[in-house]
Amino acid sequence: MAKAIRRGGTRTGKKSAIQEEHSKRMGLKIILVLTLPVLIFIITGISATLGSADLSIWDAYSAILHRIFPEYFYTTWLSDICVWHLRLPRIAWAITAGFGLGISGAAMQAILRNPLASPFTLGISSGAAFGVSLAIVLNLGFFGGMWLIIGNAFIFAMLCSGLILGLASIRGATSEIMILCGIAMNYIFGAASSLFKYFASDQELREMSFWGMGDLGAFSWEELRLVVVLIAIGSFVLLRKAWDLNVMTVGDETAKSLGVESNRIRAIVMTASSLLIAGIVAFTGIIGFIGLVGPHMARMVIGADHRFLLPASGLLGGVILLGADTVGRTIIAPIILPVGSVTSMLGVPFFLYLIMKRRREYW
Amino acid sequence: MVMIKLETIDIVFSYDGNSGPPILDDVSIQLAPSRILGIVGPNGSGKSTLLKCIDRIIKPDHGSVLLDRREIMKMGRMEIAKKIGYVQQTISRGFPTSVFDTVLMGRRPHLSWRSDEDDEEKIWEVLRLLDIEDLALKYFGELSGGQQQKVLIARALAQEAEVILLDEPTSNLDIMRQFEVMDIIRDLVNKKLVSAIIAIHDLNLASRYSDKIIMMKRGKIMSAGEPSYVLTADNIASVYGVEAVIRKQSEAPYIIPVGPIKTTMRK
Ligand SMILES: Nc1ncnc2c1ncn2[C@@H]1O[C@H](COP(=O)(O)OP(=O)(O)OP(=O)(O)O)[C@@H](O)[C@H]1O
Ligand SMILES: [Mg+2]
Repeated sequence: MAKAIRRGGTRTGKKSAIQEEHSKRMGLKIILVLTLPVLIFIITGISATLGSADLSIWDAYSAILHRIFPEYFYTTWLSDICVWHLRLPRIAWAITAGFGLGISGAAMQAILRNPLASPFTLGISSGAAFGVSLAIVLNLGFFGGMWLIIGNAFIFAMLCSGLILGLASIRGATSEIMILCGIAMNYIFGAASSLFKYFASDQELREMSFWGMGDLGAFSWEELRLVVVLIAIGSFVLLRKAWDLNVMTVGDETAKSLGVESNRIRAIVMTASSLLIAGIVAFTGIIGFIGLVGPHMARMVIGADHRFLLPASGLLGGVILLGADTVGRTIIAPIILPVGSVTSMLGVPFFLYLIMKRRREYW
Repeated sequence: MVMIKLETIDIVFSYDGNSGPPILDDVSIQLAPSRILGIVGPNGSGKSTLLKCIDRIIKPDHGSVLLDRREIMKMGRMEIAKKIGYVQQTISRGFPTSVFDTVLMGRRPHLSWRSDEDDEEKIWEVLRLLDIEDLALKYFGELSGGQQQKVLIARALAQEAEVILLDEPTSNLDIMRQFEVMDIIRDLVNKKLVSAIIAIHDLNLASRYSDKIIMMKRGKIMSAGEPSYVLTADNIASVYGVEAVIRKQSEAPYIIPVGPIKTTMRK
């Protein structure tokens, strides 16, 4: 290394320049990640003003903050009801679901080493959809009442990823095998759901297709709490594996030589993200796109270091879903458009624009 | 008695579903501390496979790999990674990653969640050593083949392993950079008491930089020893089917390939 010092020494000017540039970029990344919560806060305020009762931005924020800092913010009974009972639950669902879909999308892309992967690549959504058809058409499920559909969606989503993991572990859980097993699951559960549709009544069909478009408004704070816990646990696991995910994107052999048992990590990450996604999908139905595109957008600005990429993808997912839902709520109010469709309709053109603008390998 | 840093004992390996003779057939090698072992042999002779067995990327069917007299199969993946570094022959592509981040991956075995100043300083040191500091913020996929090769070597150096396995580290480098990289490895071996195993096609580089050479053919070691013992016209003729003239310059033999031997073409 003596040589290194000597060489470095002759080019001190250059050295500090590029090192400085590097730390500047690191700082910028951190700032970018930190702006996302601010953005969420702003959209939350805007979103909370929108609806049948007229509230100003200030009314909305003070109603929100009143419950947190009652000494500093005052609000009226009407705004409080409007914001906390009608609008915030929906907003909170959007942020939570967007976060979960975004972060698990980033993790899935890393373990499958595939830019096309999303939380739904591995057939999790078709597993859930099958569970839902079972509940709607045959009234068959593990729980009763309101938990019939939710329970089925969750359990079949987990069953589906369990099957994939099981199958893949027979052959060694490489990314290719996992993807192929996932596609197989997609087809088989998809086919089974179609069969149900074939025999379903019009009313049942409507219910099924409604579920498939994604909806954020159906549940309240109590159910959200459950999902938040799931997401917190799942995200914690994913974040702890951030380093391993970094290493795994360059291939299993290199990962092994750097001390990362990639098949094991793949199984862990897969389990954690399935849990998280199943939790979301069970309540909201299928909201595609975010899990695919949130991570890509985050990667464009943040880079491939998962210590930053994972939280950024989650936060960006929250921003996108909240933004899309806000638009979907207002564009032809009082009709609320299904959030899954709105997200894709708005997000895809924007995403294509970003891709076309870039000149790098994928974007 | 000679000190041994790493040895393999009678390694036998076949890829799944491979009938016929094994890919590695009773391979035993010994590597002393602070030495460079060169592996030469024709395409498909098993050089890369041997390196992978040593790093336990694949598991041999029989035989053992001992590192400091400890069986490597009984060590954890992370423990092995702290001691053995590996530079792959083929470059696999992942998501676009900067050179700095790529090299930082080499610190993985030593890191908790955060990378601290020390780790980063080490990366800069290694980048400077390989003279690729200017590339630090570029995307790995946007480098030339030779530059990529240097980055991967940098990553292995950042790993600070005691044994480094290099699979064709110079195959994409121009003649100047070939010497540069081999000199760096030589330096590291001499000064930091690292040991290296290098699979390499260029017989003259092998001859010049290796302390010992093993010559492989179809998964078997045909000859092993000092470069001047292994790199003989006879050995080259029987392993490669190439006629060569050997010049003795200083200690290392210098090989001039003349052409394929037509009469001994195998059927
Ligand atoms: N993943 C694999 N599955 C099956 N067979 C393999 C695999 N990798 C290598 N082989 C076979 O094992 C043999 C040895 O391959 P290896 O890569 O070790 O050769 P090598 O000496 O490194 O060759 P080269 O000089 O071309 O790099 C070859 O016959 C090859 O076809
Ligand atoms: Mg090889």
